[in-house]
Amino acid sequence: MKNEMTVTFSSVSENEAFARVTVAAFVSQLDPTMDELTEIKTVVSEAVTNCIIHAYNNESHHEVTITCSIMDGEVELTIKDNGVGIANIDEARQPLYTSKPELERSGMGFTIIENFMDTVEVISHPGKGTTVYMTKQLTKAKTVCSS
Amino acid sequence: MELNSTFAVKEDVLIVRLSGELDHHEAELLRKKWKKVMDKHKVKHVVLNLEEMTFMDSSGLGVVLGRYKEVLQLGGEMVVCSISPSVKRLFEMSGLFKIVRLEENEQFALETLGVAS
Repeated sequence: MKNEMTVTFSSVSENEAFARVTVAAFVSQLDPTMDELTEIKTVVSEAVTNCIIHAYNNESHHEVTITCSIMDGEVELTIKDNGVGIANIDEARQPLYTSKPELERSGMGFTIIENFMDTVEVISHPGKGTTVYMTKQLTKAKTVCSS
Repeated sequence: MELNSTFAVKEDVLIVRLSGELDHHEAELLRKKWKKVMDKHKVKHVVLNLEEMTFMDSSGLGVVLGRYKEVLQLGGEMVVCSISPSVKRLFEMSGLFKIVRLEENEQFALETLGVAS
């Protein structure tokens, strides 16, 4: 059975914690390990921060939408904005790359997302927005399925 | 959960103790506080104690990197201690251990910087 939830919230930094806690609570139904839960929370935090800082340039009147679904121990996560978009996705995904060096960013957001998820797909249209689509298979569920 | 930060000065070392969650929202506030303390006190080194830190993302790495650059200009060193496995992974992933030294605990970190207990 596929179980899905969607949450839309304002593009304010206070909602970064709300977003990761919400997704973690939903994913907890799959009984993930503490490490897996931390990884998912970190990924949500990175992607939502990207929406707020980069897509919306710290303007608070926009919306970020997260859709999360769980099925057979796999987590599917989609994080979407309607912001400025990314002109060069390959460049944005490079470790240590940041388009805003003046903001003291580490440039590690996408690298962390790629390390913690199994698949990461970035679809972006300059001027229209960006959608990051990710999947992660949880280990415990995998063991149960294969036994 | 929010971030709590406390600062203490021992000789020429600034000890920064963080507890809670360090994300982009909290990073902005922490940077302002941390910079103010470093401007006010004549310190050379920084010991960053992350024993009570429960969550950190790349925004946290950015703040640490920013303060590292300031410490470098002072001719000092940054030492991080009491780090959790998940935060350790972030540091490893970003290559931060090439520039920031890791020690087991605060006491030991201070000793390596020549501060007597």
